[in-house]
Amino acid sequence: MLEARRFEEMVERLFLVEGKLIGPAHLYLGEEAVAAGVIGALREDDVIVSTYRGHGHAIARGVSMKALMAELFGKITGTCKGLSGSMHSALSVEHNIPMATAIVGSGIPIACGVGLALKYRKEDRIAAVFFGDGAVNTGAFNEGVNLAAVWKLPILFVCENNLYALSVPHKKSFAGESIAARGACYGIKSFLVEDGNDVIAVYYAASKAAEYIRSGNGPAFIECRTYRKKGHGVYDTAWYRPKDEVEFWMKKDPIDRFFKKLKSLGIITEDEFKRWDEEIASILEEAVKEAEEAPIMPFDEMWDYLYVSGGARYGEWR
Amino acid sequence: MASGVREISYAEALNEALIEEMRRDDRVIVFGEDVGVFGGVYKVTKGLLEEFGPERVLDTPISEAAIAGTAIGAALMGLRPVAEIMYVDFLTLATDMLITHAAKLRFMSGGQVKLPMVIRTQYSLGRAHGCQHSQFLAACFLQSPGIKVVLPGTPKDAKGLLKSAIRDDDPVLFIESGVLYRLKGPVPEDEYLIPLGKCDVKREGEDVTIVAVARTVTEALKAADKLAEEGISAEVIDLMTIQPMDYDTIVKSVMKTNRLVIADDSVKTCGISAEVSAYISEFAFDYLDAPIIRVNSPPLPIPFSPQLEKQYMIDSDKIVDAVKRLVK
Repeated sequence: MLEARRFEEMVERLFLVEGKLIGPAHLYLGEEAVAAGVIGALREDDVIVSTYRGHGHAIARGVSMKALMAELFGKITGTCKGLSGSMHSALSVEHNIPMATAIVGSGIPIACGVGLALKYRKEDRIAAVFFGDGAVNTGAFNEGVNLAAVWKLPILFVCENNLYALSVPHKKSFAGESIAARGACYGIKSFLVEDGNDVIAVYYAASKAAEYIRSGNGPAFIECRTYRKKGHGVYDTAWYRPKDEVEFWMKKDPIDRFFKKLKSLGIITEDEFKRWDEEIASILEEAVKEAEEAPIMPFDEMWDYLYVSGGARYGEWR
Repeated sequence: MASGVREISYAEALNEALIEEMRRDDRVIVFGEDVGVFGGVYKVTKGLLEEFGPERVLDTPISEAAIAGTAIGAALMGLRPVAEIMYVDFLTLATDMLITHAAKLRFMSGGQVKLPMVIRTQYSLGRAHGCQHSQFLAACFLQSPGIKVVLPGTPKDAKGLLKSAIRDDDPVLFIESGVLYRLKGPVPEDEYLIPLGKCDVKREGEDVTIVAVARTVTEALKAADKLAEEGISAEVIDLMTIQPMDYDTIVKSVMKTNRLVIADDSVKTCGISAEVSAYISEFAFDYLDAPIIRVNSPPLPIPFSPQLEKQYMIDSDKIVDAVKRLVK
């Protein structure tokens, strides 16, 4: 969680203060407990389908911050060799994240295919797909969740409900009692984590859900209510959110609360925390320096990634 | 007929391809609307459920995005899914999955993933299916590099190309011609493959090159027969794969014949023929002795009235007329 927090703070600075990064980036600031709790409850060989707000998922799964940073700089040393940018930077096959989509809701049907493959091969791995509260109003959500339920696929649906789809508040775009209730109406075991900023609560629900799925019961659904510390994208100031609501959630910062708890239980000391924080800061400093210095992919090499069978370069017949 | 060759229909040839590939490789699974118990609305998946069982042959809900998305996810995990979308017209419900995901994933992952998946579909132009069940739309995918687009025009090609598509490591959109399903043609008994990404010179000629694809291949061959009676020798090229397109074969042919007619079922604006025409104009202009003529349907929705539909569609006579305008 702390790595994800510091990574995103650095990214924000690189965009807004230093002007070194451009393009869309969607920060995970404030939502760290969801990735840490859910991914912590999964096995490392479980498959994750991530989103454009995926830096936090990748870091929770152990993707190197240096590779992520290089991807944000568009360099060949990035997770996707600079071809994906921030929005797909979490995609790392060696970490069992074969997909990070930038189209809201689209990861859900794709997760069905992942689940189908795992079920077909009788593996005991499961798939977990992350999506936001905006995604639950897409057609892809209905098609995918329904199919997973009908076919009893081993999929954990994780809704990161940060209460806003860009600027539109959840209550203005969502009909029904709750997102978790919507999951339940497909006959799926569904959990509502009202305080999704409590990493222990998220972990507990995700563990229960994962165990349920792994026992061959079909999919499960978790809605975790959380809140963005900042806007939808890095340039968004989130001016449209009411002050009292923002204040309420800022008091529930997942990292402050968790470390307070750890300290009170004597698991970590203030000094240890500081040392760890400094370590992260120095890795990030190096990450930025290395990313800045790294080369981009030679333009013609892009053809190699168009088809496995090799690139058909246009207009080269002579 | 040569030994080891029999006459079977286009649909039967496709069915054989599926059965052979499923026997050969247990990573091949089939799903889509009505493909299981019913055997597919055009019987292409007939008998698969009985032979391979419900784990490998799955009926889906009417959920095109989920069908295509499931193919992507399964392919990401190393299966070789063959998913059916019943009509080309229904592809638009899955275009996010095909255009924005399947075509992009290998590229945007920096080569980390591959997607060995096939989306089978068919267009029903010529069967009085009206505006919403007859569209061709193949050319739309030329704006989406990263997905191969294959269009067989004969039973033999249908089988050989589908088998190659299933073994290919890239996503393939496999568009069948509905009007051809019952068409019979010679198909070898022995196993064979037809490579993706290559044109087929269906008939050699000297005076003009006719490029065709899918349903229009038969029409182009008929036109070539008629032209031969009048002493005009036409070379007929079947594109077979329109993406990536085998431009070299077309260029070589134009170098020989110096005249080009392109006939396909796209509407004329920005269709397959528009791309071929633009390519040859740009890169092989010096070899042309006459303007290129495109033979296409007009940019109108497809009328239901069978008589109007017949007028709307291109046929061998329209191709003959075009050639005669070039070869005087």
